[in-house]
Amino acid sequence: MLFILLTLVFLILRVMPGNPCLSMLGGRNVPQTVIVRCEQKYGLNKPLYVQYVEYLVNIARGNFGTSYRTGNPVLHDIFDRFPATFELAIFSMFFAILIGMSTGIFAATHSDRPADHSLRIFNIVSFAMPIFWVGLMAQLIFAVDLKVLPVGGRLEPITAAYFHSITGFYVLDSILEGNWGLLVQVLKHLLLPSLTLGLVQSGFLGRIGRASMLEVLDKDYVTTARSKGLRRKTVIYKHALKNALIPIVTITGLQFALLLSGAILTETTFSWPGLARYLLQSINARDFYALQGTIVFFGIFISTVNLVVDIIYSFIDPRVKY
Amino acid sequence: MLSKWLLGQLHLLGKQHLLIVGLIIVGFVVLTTVLAPFIAPYDPVNYQNGGRLTPPSLKHPMGTDQLGRDVLSRIIYGGNIPLKVAGIAALIALVTGMIIGLLSGYRAGILDRALSLVMDAMYSFPGLILAIAILATMGAGIFGMIFAISFVYIPTYFRVVRGQVLQLREQEFVEAARAEGASGFRILLRHIAPNTINSVMAVLSFNIADAILTEAGLSFLGFGLPPPAPDWGFDISNGQRFLLAGDWWLITFPGIAIILLCLGFGMIGEGISDMINPRRR
Repeated sequence: MLFILLTLVFLILRVMPGNPCLSMLGGRNVPQTVIVRCEQKYGLNKPLYVQYVEYLVNIARGNFGTSYRTGNPVLHDIFDRFPATFELAIFSMFFAILIGMSTGIFAATHSDRPADHSLRIFNIVSFAMPIFWVGLMAQLIFAVDLKVLPVGGRLEPITAAYFHSITGFYVLDSILEGNWGLLVQVLKHLLLPSLTLGLVQSGFLGRIGRASMLEVLDKDYVTTARSKGLRRKTVIYKHALKNALIPIVTITGLQFALLLSGAILTETTFSWPGLARYLLQSINARDFYALQGTIVFFGIFISTVNLVVDIIYSFIDPRVKY
Repeated sequence: MLSKWLLGQLHLLGKQHLLIVGLIIVGFVVLTTVLAPFIAPYDPVNYQNGGRLTPPSLKHPMGTDQLGRDVLSRIIYGGNIPLKVAGIAALIALVTGMIIGLLSGYRAGILDRALSLVMDAMYSFPGLILAIAILATMGAGIFGMIFAISFVYIPTYFRVVRGQVLQLREQEFVEAARAEGASGFRILLRHIAPNTINSVMAVLSFNIADAILTEAGLSFLGFGLPPPAPDWGFDISNGQRFLLAGDWWLITFPGIAIILLCLGFGMIGEGISDMINPRRR
C-alpha cells in the first residue's frame, strides 16, 4: 500500500504531463537554459528509472532533501508543523464522531419521524457546504461580530512570542506545564477550526451511523434483549451500539483522508500553522523538495492510519483475525 | 406499451420530491449562468464607478466589492467555471473509471488485482492534496483543474462499476450470451455495461456536487483562473481579506451559491438512489 502510494506520488510529480520546473518558474516564457539548469539541480534530467530508484532510496533513508525556502531539511520542517495539523485533525475527528454518532443514533431510534427527516436534510446540506466557507462564516459570527473567540492562529501573538513548545501539541504542552490559563487559550483557538472541520465530516458519519444502527436494531438479539424486559435505553446503548460501531470505525478510518483534504482548507481559513499551509507555501515558493516531501509524508501518514484502523478493527470485532 | 411505461416512470418521478427539487435547483443555476449576459445587472469584471465595499442595498442587492463591482453580477457569471470544470471532469472520470472498472471486473486475475490496488491507493489519498500535487506540476488554470479533478475521481467510478461487474458476470443472462458465442467484448458492452448505468448515474450526480466543492476549494487556494475572472471560490478568498472589517456580504453570497448548486446535485443523487433501491431509506 505504502509502496503504491509512493509510486503514485512519483508518477504525478515526475512522469505526468507538465514539468514541475516549468510550472515552478512561472509557466511560460522561461528560457530553455533556465529550465535545463533547474532540471539538473533537482535531477529531473536523469532517466526515469534512475530517478525512481534514487527517490525510493532517499525516502527509505529519511532524506527528503533541503527546503530552499526555509533552509532546513524538509523532514525537520515537516515534523515542526505536523503536530499542529494532527492536533487539529484529532479534535475535529472528536467533534465529527460526537455530532455524527449522536445524530445518527437519534435518527435511527426515531426513524421516519420528523426528527429523522430533518437530520437527513442536515446530512445532505453538510455534504454541500464548502468547508472554507463554513470556517469563514464561523469567524464572522464568533470572532468579528461577537468577539468571543479568536479569528485564527494557535495562540495569541504575544503568547506565541514567548512560548516554547515541548511536544508541538499545544494542548499536551499546557497540561504538562500545568498552565491552565494557557490551556484555555489553546482550546479557544482550537474550537472554531476543529468544530468547522468536524461539522462538515459529521454528516457522513451520521448517515453511516443511522444505517448501521437501524440494521442492528432489526437483529434477533436486540429483540431478545427487549423481550427479556430490559429498558429501551439499556438495549440501545449496551447491546446495539457496540455492534453498530463496527462499520463506523472503518468509515472513520477512511474519513481520515477526507479530513486531511478539509484540513488544507481549514488551515488556510484559520491561518493555522500546520502542514497543509507548509505545502501551499512551498508550492508558491517553487520549493520542489518541500512539495515532494510533504506529499510523500501525507502518503506515509495515510498508510499508517489505515494500518492502525485495521488493528483497532480486530479489537472491536473479535471475529476478524489477521 | 411505451406510453404506459412512460406513465409509470412519471408516476415514480412524482414520488421523488428530492429528485424534482434537485432538478429545479440545478436547472435554475444552469439557466442563470447561461443567460448571465442578459440577466446580470452590471459588468462582473470591470471597475465600476459606484461605491466600493458597500453593503447590500436596492441598487446592489448583494453589495459591492473593493473595486466597486456588483457582487450579484459576479455570482451570476461565477457559476460558469465551476459548472464547466466539475461537469467535464466528472464525465472524464466516469468514462475512464467505467472502462477500467469493466475490464478489471470482467477479466479478473492479475490485472484486476493490480488495478484494484492502484485504485485503492488513489482512493485513500486525500483528493484535494492529490489535485494540488497535479496542479503544482501542470500549473494552475482550467485545464489543469479539469485534469486534476477527473484524475482524483476515477477510483470512485472504478469501485462502483467493478463491484457491479463482479456480480453481473455470474448472472444467467451473461452465461446465456456466452453460450450463444458472443465475444467477451460484446458481452461487456451490450450485456454488462448497460446494467451498471443506474448506479453510475447516482454516483455521477453526487460526484458532480463533490467536484464543485473541490473546484471551489482549488480556486479558493488560488489554483483557478487569474483574478478578474468571476469564480465563486476565488471570490470567497477575496472576501476573506475584508473579513476583519466585517464585510460579510463578500463571503456569504458566493458561498450560498456553491451550497445551492451542490445541494441540487446532491438531491438528484439521493433521488436516483432512492429510485434504484426504494428499500434503502
